[in-house]
Amino acid sequence: MYIYDQYDQKLVDERVEQYRDQTQRYLDGKISEEEFLPLRLQNGLYVQRLAPMLRVAVPYGLMSSTQVRKMAEISRKFDKGYVHFTTRQNIQLNWPLLEEVPDILAELASVQMHAIQTSGNCIRNTTTDQFAGVAADEIEDPRPWCEIIRQWSTIHPEFAFLPRKFKIAVCGSEEDRAAFLLHDIGIQLVKNDAGETGFHVFVGGGLGRTPVIASSIKPFLPKQHLLTYLDAVLRVYNRYGNRNNKYKARIKILVKAWTPDVFAERVEAEWAQILARDVDGVAQLTRGEVERVKTFFPLPDYQSVDEASMDAALQAQAADSVAFSRWLERNVRNQKQPGYAAVTLSLKPAGVAPGDVTDRQLESIASLADQFSNGELRTTHNQNIVIADVIKSQLFDFWQMAKADGLATPTIGTINDMICCPGGDYCSLANAKSIPVAEAIQRKFEDLDYVYDLGDLELNISGCMNACGHHHIGHIGILGVDKKGEEWYQIQLGGSANKNAALAKVLGPSLSRNDVVEGIEKLLDVYVENRLEGEAFLATYQRIGADKFKERVYAKDA
Amino acid sequence: MQKMLSHGAVAENNWTVLQMPVETIPQGNVLLPLKYWLEHSAELDQQAGLVGVWLESDEEVEALADDVAQLPVIALNFPKFVDGRGFSSARLLRDRYDYQGELRAIGNVIQDQLFMLQRCGFSQFCLADEVDLEAAAKSLNVFSDGYQTGADQAQPLFKRLR
Repeated sequence: MYIYDQYDQKLVDERVEQYRDQTQRYLDGKISEEEFLPLRLQNGLYVQRLAPMLRVAVPYGLMSSTQVRKMAEISRKFDKGYVHFTTRQNIQLNWPLLEEVPDILAELASVQMHAIQTSGNCIRNTTTDQFAGVAADEIEDPRPWCEIIRQWSTIHPEFAFLPRKFKIAVCGSEEDRAAFLLHDIGIQLVKNDAGETGFHVFVGGGLGRTPVIASSIKPFLPKQHLLTYLDAVLRVYNRYGNRNNKYKARIKILVKAWTPDVFAERVEAEWAQILARDVDGVAQLTRGEVERVKTFFPLPDYQSVDEASMDAALQAQAADSVAFSRWLERNVRNQKQPGYAAVTLSLKPAGVAPGDVTDRQLESIASLADQFSNGELRTTHNQNIVIADVIKSQLFDFWQMAKADGLATPTIGTINDMICCPGGDYCSLANAKSIPVAEAIQRKFEDLDYVYDLGDLELNISGCMNACGHHHIGHIGILGVDKKGEEWYQIQLGGSANKNAALAKVLGPSLSRNDVVEGIEKLLDVYVENRLEGEAFLATYQRIGADKFKERVYAKDA
Repeated sequence: MQKMLSHGAVAENNWTVLQMPVETIPQGNVLLPLKYWLEHSAELDQQAGLVGVWLESDEEVEALADDVAQLPVIALNFPKFVDGRGFSSARLLRDRYDYQGELRAIGNVIQDQLFMLQRCGFSQFCLADEVDLEAAAKSLNVFSDGYQTGADQAQPLFKRLR
């Protein structure tokens, strides 16, 4: 993974001292509440319902075991001994003290981590595919490009006070595992007819209260122009995005108002001016810098292995243990390198808020990454953790260790692997609780055979229309709403963040908290009754439409 | 006399910012609203003091494209400090129109923005009256460098140092 040089480290250290000074001036009454707000947000600090919340950046979801151990230590020393993995691949501490945040940031800086721009109306952490570097369908590893964008966006002098938050995702493959079309800018690595790699740039995607799939504005951007082109997009948005109404301030609203074609023209004109000024091309990316960053993402030294015999041995182990075979089926994924697998550690055991892990578990995760991989791991937007490059002959040992630490729940990609925001239990924006709904669903669907029979199913829960739980892109989406002080839940169907991204449609009137689980059960009954052989929930829904689901859920009891 | 930060040091601010509608222009140095400047710039020759222009955050600097060479001061107003349009306006004045005069941040500008404002090309800062300008000036140097190009730096960090 990327290792800071002296310039990277100095910048992060200076940021800690800047924020220490800002916090002190705030505590001394020299900075008003209003002025301190964006300063603390741009260092990841929210003030939540019960306590402050600190969001730590995990750039494009990549962490070292050293960093994970540091998070465990921080959670013990400054918090309650657990952390939360978010849907944007970051980590949240739920109970830090405002006065201690500078010290937390200093601890983070000691392992090359920070909380810069994890919140606020600025360019946020760039995200990507959790299988970057090992995915079989990859055109190129997107992570070096994410790192280049991370540096460009960090303390960007022009874009710290945008109309609204701004999220960028990079996708390196044909299949989309980064939900990149639901970002303010989605960048896809592509090859042109000459075989050169470049970027297909999309803008204006996003969830929130007005979900939109991003529009293409630049089918092929040559590599060296990435940063100048991003400057042009951001400049157009910074100048012309709506600043009067925060609900109309995201770039997607501007793109829609102008139309994607006009937006693309405006960016093109701005970009042309930037290039015209930069006659010697000094602002362009150099081959040297790109190669320098790429050297930090080498492929491990893969051994040449007898994959067939490893697979045979795995089959034998699986035949002896139903639990192991379930885990193999759901949580292990083949890599493009023969004999190696990427393992997903589940952070969704029943009874725990999705994405929450304890300090001890963090240490176990670090040990697993050290023992079975190269000491690196990836956080996912589904709130799990991936450890790649595990040699298949060690999968059984891996499983036993992971299982002992409660990290091997074999439900990846099923109804029980739901995405869920912190909701009304923690978040001051929420209209309704989400964690208890997630838990009730997990409790209801404890029978793993039934869960497996239901197959691939994405169920996403948000506690309000800000959509941190990505309800718009769940096959089944649940949105918490407030009706006269009571918590109700709207059901949506048919969303997908994959290649053919689609937004879910509202099924009908919202359900009370008591009726949600039963409503979900009815949906699944309709699916099971109507599915064709091997057909997943989403495909059945797309084939038969919403009516049958609707009739069943809203049928009056006889 | 009001004070401001100018090129990193505390300085006298002897300029008057005029609002629309402009009826009479006082003695001394004045900053005129963009609208007034665009309509009356030809009539201002007899003005004794210096004349500059100030822009609201939603006014486009493109309007001054032909005038920059004759303006000793251009001020950009921040109606709220979180309104970041002035950062882009400043970049355009410096990078696109080669503006060489003083670029002044006025309105609701806060100390914690100084480093970035300076990188975008601002040379002068009018902060709230109660701000200790000596102390605030330290914020201009809170970072020793930046990754990106800026009005102060045509080359990104990787090109200069790596």
